[in-house]
Amino acid sequence: MEWETVIGLEVHAQLLTKTKIFSGAPTQFGAEPNTQACAIDLGMPGVLPVLNATAVNMAIKFGLAVGATIQKESIFARKNYFYPDLPKGYQISQFELPVVSGGHLDITLEDGVTKRVNLTRAHLEEDAGKSLHEDFNGSSGIDLNRAGTPLLEIVSEPEMRSAREAIAYVKTLHTLVRYLGICDGNMQEGSLRCDVNVSVRPLGQTKFGTRAELKNINSFRFIERAIHYEVERQISILESGGSIIQETRLYDPDKNETRSMRSKEEANDYRYFPDPDLLPLRITEEMILQVSAQLPELPQQKRERFIKDYELSDYDANLLVSNQDLANFFEATVKASHHQPKLAVNWISSELLGALNKASLDITESPVSAETLGKLVLRIADHTISGKIAKTIFEALWQQAGDVDEIIEKRGLKQVTDTSAIETLIDQVITANPTQTAEYRAGKDRLFGYFVGQVMKASGGKFNPDQVNVILKQKLQG
Amino acid sequence: MHYKTIAQLANDLKNKVISSVELTQHFLQRIRQHDQKLNSFITLTEEAALITAKKADAARAQGFARPLTGIPLAHKDIFCTDGIKTSCGSKMLDKFIAPYDATVVQQFNQAGMVMLGKTNMDEFAMGSSNENSFYGPVKNPWHLDYVPGGSSGGSAAAVAAGFAPASTGTDTGGSIRQPAALCGITGLKPTYGRVSRYGMIAFASSLDQGGPFARTAEDVALLMNAMAGFDPKDSTSIDCPVPDYTATLNHPIKGLKIGLPKEYFSEGLNPAVQKLIQDAIKIYEAQGAIIKEVALPHTHLSGPAYYVLAPAECSSNLARYDGVRFGYRCENPVNLEDLYKRTRSEGFGMEVKRRILIGTYALSAGFYDAYYRKAQQIRRLIRDDFTQAFASVDVILSPTVPAPAFKCGEKAKDPLTMYLSDIYTIAVNLAGLPGLSLPAGFVDGLPIGMQLIGKLFDESTILNLGHCYQQHTDWHTRTPGGF
Amino acid sequence: MSLTPEAVKKIAHLARIELSEADVAHYTTQLSSILGFVEQMNAVDTSKVAPLSHSFDMPQRLRADVVDEENQRDKYQQIAPAVMAGLYLVPQVIE
Repeated sequence: MEWETVIGLEVHAQLLTKTKIFSGAPTQFGAEPNTQACAIDLGMPGVLPVLNATAVNMAIKFGLAVGATIQKESIFARKNYFYPDLPKGYQISQFELPVVSGGHLDITLEDGVTKRVNLTRAHLEEDAGKSLHEDFNGSSGIDLNRAGTPLLEIVSEPEMRSAREAIAYVKTLHTLVRYLGICDGNMQEGSLRCDVNVSVRPLGQTKFGTRAELKNINSFRFIERAIHYEVERQISILESGGSIIQETRLYDPDKNETRSMRSKEEANDYRYFPDPDLLPLRITEEMILQVSAQLPELPQQKRERFIKDYELSDYDANLLVSNQDLANFFEATVKASHHQPKLAVNWISSELLGALNKASLDITESPVSAETLGKLVLRIADHTISGKIAKTIFEALWQQAGDVDEIIEKRGLKQVTDTSAIETLIDQVITANPTQTAEYRAGKDRLFGYFVGQVMKASGGKFNPDQVNVILKQKLQG
Repeated sequence: MHYKTIAQLANDLKNKVISSVELTQHFLQRIRQHDQKLNSFITLTEEAALITAKKADAARAQGFARPLTGIPLAHKDIFCTDGIKTSCGSKMLDKFIAPYDATVVQQFNQAGMVMLGKTNMDEFAMGSSNENSFYGPVKNPWHLDYVPGGSSGGSAAAVAAGFAPASTGTDTGGSIRQPAALCGITGLKPTYGRVSRYGMIAFASSLDQGGPFARTAEDVALLMNAMAGFDPKDSTSIDCPVPDYTATLNHPIKGLKIGLPKEYFSEGLNPAVQKLIQDAIKIYEAQGAIIKEVALPHTHLSGPAYYVLAPAECSSNLARYDGVRFGYRCENPVNLEDLYKRTRSEGFGMEVKRRILIGTYALSAGFYDAYYRKAQQIRRLIRDDFTQAFASVDVILSPTVPAPAFKCGEKAKDPLTMYLSDIYTIAVNLAGLPGLSLPAGFVDGLPIGMQLIGKLFDESTILNLGHCYQQHTDWHTRTPGGF
Repeated sequence: MSLTPEAVKKIAHLARIELSEADVAHYTTQLSSILGFVEQMNAVDTSKVAPLSHSFDMPQRLRADVVDEENQRDKYQQIAPAVMAGLYLVPQVIE
């Protein structure tokens, strides 16, 4: 029996507003417990919610970026249930009429294949607080700082068919929300949380199987492993004649398994009804136009532009586009290099990112600026220095800021391109290595590298390598 | 002195007949002396009151007095008062010290009024007799064996008995108007959205409105000038200008059209009540008002719709009472379930639990459409009836209550009988309209009230009509004996 | 509509209210009679009527994204039943 995996994703993105969605308390991460929970967030008797304009704008931004419909009128509803991190005993969310409906994300898999995943909807809601389970004499401690933080819940259609697709989707979404400046996408800190709905069905069947909801998975790796485990679990149940229970499950990364959370879910009738403390959210054409004017160039558009204007490969384009700051760095480098995109991307993807990773720095913290790197690339392109010399200059710049031309001047690193000088030195090297010369002329081609090394050593690396190659080959051939 | 109106007392203060401190002491003394009989107060804030009164006198001496400066006031214990116990008539909040002031409280503080204390009420505003309070029932000052009405029974009784010239209440299905009528005083439920709900502990969010009790329509107008207004902290508060409600009190009412809903004047109406209302109508006619019959064909469904919507909203609003962050907590909870269940079962009284259960049911899966959604649809029909009626009249007149106060305990056994006595008041909350109750006479020695229902945000017209009525009658000057 | 005791128990659980057997019987009768009362609504056909949430037709006001609340943890926790190290305590939550 061949099985098909069906995956849908519900991603909660914590919005980068300064204040909560329904109160004016701050939303900064990492504050002392309960110092950012005002009376409204605590659900004190008599308090009332008032909606944050920026949260709405962020939802509109997202809707525009995914080509969705921005609902002219949407309603906030109460989702009623009891849990200690939910102060009011209900969560203000959106049910029947969400602010954004439809839309799609185009995802690219590693082999370059693209797929369009449709979105069902995206809606605004408030986040709950946190329960800390370390023992407080047999109690749990509740921190309500996070209660009331705005969330945008993004729901996809169940159109993904593998863990790879699911991960590509989350990565795409992650990049997009960061580009839009609406969410920092930090999965470890919980700014982007994924619930994965997994079901299986016999290949060819159109009816969906019963799904399990894997809640709150916070890394790409865990998403992949959780899906794999769950798919196998479901297949093995179905193959032995059992049936899947629709339930919520938790992924345990230590044991690499999913577990039923039925205790939380049992008899949960959320009794949704429109929140009478809030009025319908009306979004006008004007509001949409204003937000539209603030939209940045989106990742997809940037990728296409990079491939077209800079003639980059898909791989390189994807790499640069995945991080908006990196993409900007790249463009500034290209500009400073007087348009050397290929060299620029090579230097960025190997030398620069290598050094940044080693030092655990983000591109925004790079000690070598885009202008400086661009200058370095320019000097390679105009043959002032060789690639090898450039690497030493780069290392120097990494340690201490400086000017590329100054360093070249000061250390006398200019590349020698004078043909006669190169010929002279090559003649010297050939004369100094009679055995190898003879062997090479007899057919031992791989000795060429040996000669190149000798020439470079004797020249202190200052010879233009391309010229060396050409002249050396000529002379060796005799 | 304690039965003087605010207008009269303000005059006395102005003319230095009495100081605010003396006035405050007078009322506090009366409360201490007589309130055991009525049980209208839960908390007296004597020290703070005298400090405020002193400040008021000082302000007056410097020429900064305004219409309400130095006048004493009692707040229904549903309004949060910073640093002061706010119980909502419930064991659940018996030890709750509010950490902030309700907007209404702030407004009256800013107007210079002197808070005497917090008044007794039906628990979480659920009730029509003030027999559902954790702090014991409130008695009707006109006859101690009878109920004062509810849920704002304490506030109404206090003004009726001369314990305060003014008080605040809340009205979700009649909880200001009905006790005003049963206690023989004047009470107003403003248009929904006219008075801020911030800090007013929620019962049914789309129906609740805070409003004033006083002896006269003129006093109510004075209080409304301070109480009405946009509050950015309340999303359902409407940003439209507040008129000076006192400026139009004396407008001639000639030509004003008063509608009488035929459904309210059917054979079922108590003939004694009917007679008093007819007398009132004659007075208006004599002043030149035009009386017309109107129809509110869906009004008989107000009760059924209300007793789905209000409990549904309350079941959600009261979910926050869970023993975690404030309020009552059961002893030694063994686990989370136990914490919730015992806290809520021990903390809430029977009526509150009843409404939470009904509300939970009405919202539950499979029943939402049949109950909650249906009730919202009926609500539109009822509202549209009023819109239709107001196309041909300016004000609608009816009795406030079908009969005078009933005896304590008489309706406590069957909640339904209690629910049925709200027939004239509930539709007004469903439609969000303003409603004023005026003392209109006595039946068997107990007061009854007349209700004037206005168009949305037209408190001015009903106050105008109320003031006019009180120029030609003296029901509002009657006082109960024994105090 | 008559409620069954089982239905009442289910509702009570959803509302996190504990009912004794006597309470269950008591509420079953009372709630059933209240439901009978409210079911009068069914006499009217409302299939073409839109539900009404608020008496006026106004949109939700939007608030500027500016901090206007200060930290009042001490004041709020003074009235809390059980706190430790700034956290609200509840019987251990097992996920």
